[in-house]
Amino acid sequence: MSESSPTTGQGFSLRRGIEKVIDFTEPAVVGLIHLCGWSAIIFVMAIFFFVFKESLPAITGLEEGAVHGEVEQLDLVEFTTSPKWIPESAKKPTFGILALMVGTLSVTILSMVIAVPLGLGAAVYVSEFAKGKPREILKVLIELLAAIPSVVWGFIGLVVLNPMLVDMTGEPVGLNILNAGIVLALMSVPIIVSVSEDALRAVPDSFREAGIALGANRWEMVYKVLFPAAKNGLLAAVLLGIGRGIGETMAVLMCTGHSVMMPTSIFDPVRTLTATIAAELGEAVRGDMHYHTLFLIGVVLFVFAFIINLTADLIVKGIKVQGNE
Amino acid sequence: MSTVAPQLVTSEFTPPEASHVEDYSIRTNDLSLWYGDFQALMDVSVNIKKGIITGLIGPSGCGKTTLLRCFNRINERYGNVTTTGDIEILDKNIYDEDVSVRQLRRSVGMVFQRPNPLPISIYDNVLFGMGIHDAFKSLPKSERNDIVENALREVDLWNTVKDRLKSRATTLTLEQQQKLCIARLLPLKPDIILMDEPCSALDAEGIEKVENLIESLRDEYTVVIVTHNMAQARRATDECIFMLLGEIIEHTKTSEMFLNPQHEKTEMYIQGRYG
Ligand SMILES: Nc1ncnc2c1ncn2[C@@H]1O[C@H](COP(=O)(O)OP(=O)(O)OP(=O)(O)O)[C@@H](O)[C@H]1O
Ligand SMILES: [Mg+2]
Repeated sequence: MSESSPTTGQGFSLRRGIEKVIDFTEPAVVGLIHLCGWSAIIFVMAIFFFVFKESLPAITGLEEGAVHGEVEQLDLVEFTTSPKWIPESAKKPTFGILALMVGTLSVTILSMVIAVPLGLGAAVYVSEFAKGKPREILKVLIELLAAIPSVVWGFIGLVVLNPMLVDMTGEPVGLNILNAGIVLALMSVPIIVSVSEDALRAVPDSFREAGIALGANRWEMVYKVLFPAAKNGLLAAVLLGIGRGIGETMAVLMCTGHSVMMPTSIFDPVRTLTATIAAELGEAVRGDMHYHTLFLIGVVLFVFAFIINLTADLIVKGIKVQGNE
Repeated sequence: MSTVAPQLVTSEFTPPEASHVEDYSIRTNDLSLWYGDFQALMDVSVNIKKGIITGLIGPSGCGKTTLLRCFNRINERYGNVTTTGDIEILDKNIYDEDVSVRQLRRSVGMVFQRPNPLPISIYDNVLFGMGIHDAFKSLPKSERNDIVENALREVDLWNTVKDRLKSRATTLTLEQQQKLCIARLLPLKPDIILMDEPCSALDAEGIEKVENLIESLRDEYTVVIVTHNMAQARRATDECIFMLLGEIIEHTKTSEMFLNPQHEKTEMYIQGRYG
């Protein structure tokens, strides 16, 4: 007994020591966690601030880069309504992003038309129909799909899809809205599948049983019970897919044909906002009008993203408010 | 297609003509069921009378839910279920090739342990079953409204919810939700209503109200109700089936079972000396 009491005493004091260290370090750890949380916000703000600041001279006007010594200023009406994007013209550069916006929107919309049914269908299959091994394999494959770098997707569009589209459509070149739309769809499918699968699996089994016990077959159960029950999650999935589409750069740079024009069909090549920034920022003279305008395009992309997120929020909140009434 | 009167659609699952005089709504013959290797029901042969309330009692895990879920074949959801033996519902073997599961589930409604109204409006919940069975496509709006009103009146919910039929069913109290779950069966005019511990999620007041409602369903429907609550079994049922380890031990009038149980095990159970 006399032997054991010092050891327990020692163990006790050791634990006390550890507790003391914990007492001492806890505020530090808490502080660190706070810092991590805030840093995310600060980074986003900083990025936005930087992009905005760099774009500002285009609007307020800049003197140094002026051709004839007068103040050069971006014509905002031209910027938003002109389909002409000729930034490096020696005579009269034109900065119209209408064609670029149409390019971005047309590629994104087409990709969603393809990806949403595909993604939802796959999510329903994985969560409700597939079982055991096939299901696990499918999930791994879909995750793998998400891990493919976008430049590889661009490569696929360029080398595989391009000749296929030429063969099938008879167009001289297969780099167009359709090509980029398909590639972008395949890129956004994994995110749509994984988010909507989570949403479907979060639906309590009792809802499924209610539907089935009332005579619904599996398809009716899916679209009459699961879709209404999971609609917020499904909506989030679709919006995340759209966000992915609008923000994607490398693949669309490679697959759209990258030519500035107002498309009249899905077989026309286009150029997107993101690809324009990526392709031109490196060669734009730092500080001149072209350079600042590219940052202004960045702001436009920010605004797009903001509108999408806001609508998502409002829709989700709208549903909630309705539900609580 | 949509002009077919709703009643005609049921023709896929109607009992033979002679059956109007039958006494039994549900009959099973040597019914056994396995979940994988585990046998949950052993040669169950039981006849459940029409138009009365039959209670299913027994300790936890004895197979009450399993047996109940055989009657509308909802057990088949689980991939690993094997069944042998026969189940006749309204004199029709429900495992026959020509039986449509959809029509079977129209005649045999089910109420679950936890109220599970769908996350849509109260109104849509009541009409959900009819939507599945294509029964209201041809109905004008006023008639649909009548159907909803009648169903909700029958479960004594109409006055509480008539001003908020469009709000989500999941915003109701549990008691109201459970009543709604009963109400949504009624437009389908089922013959049998299966209930798996329908009151176990409710508070004392809710239990009483739902119990009264269940008793009011007697005569018009055949009700089979699983319960753990002996007092409830005693109060609300006409006949009782006592199960133990997948077997039926005793099936008699409720009053007899509680006054004069034939089996020692039944007696032990109803006196609370079993799980
Ligand atoms: N899906 C299933 N897979 C495997 N075994 C199951 C499944 N469902 C039930 N069982 C088993 O079958 C037996 C009977 O279960 P059942 O749910 O029918 O009992 P119960 O009488 O309803 O019990 P309780 O009173 O707890 O609800 C139990 O031993 C249970 O573990
Ligand atoms: Mg049970």
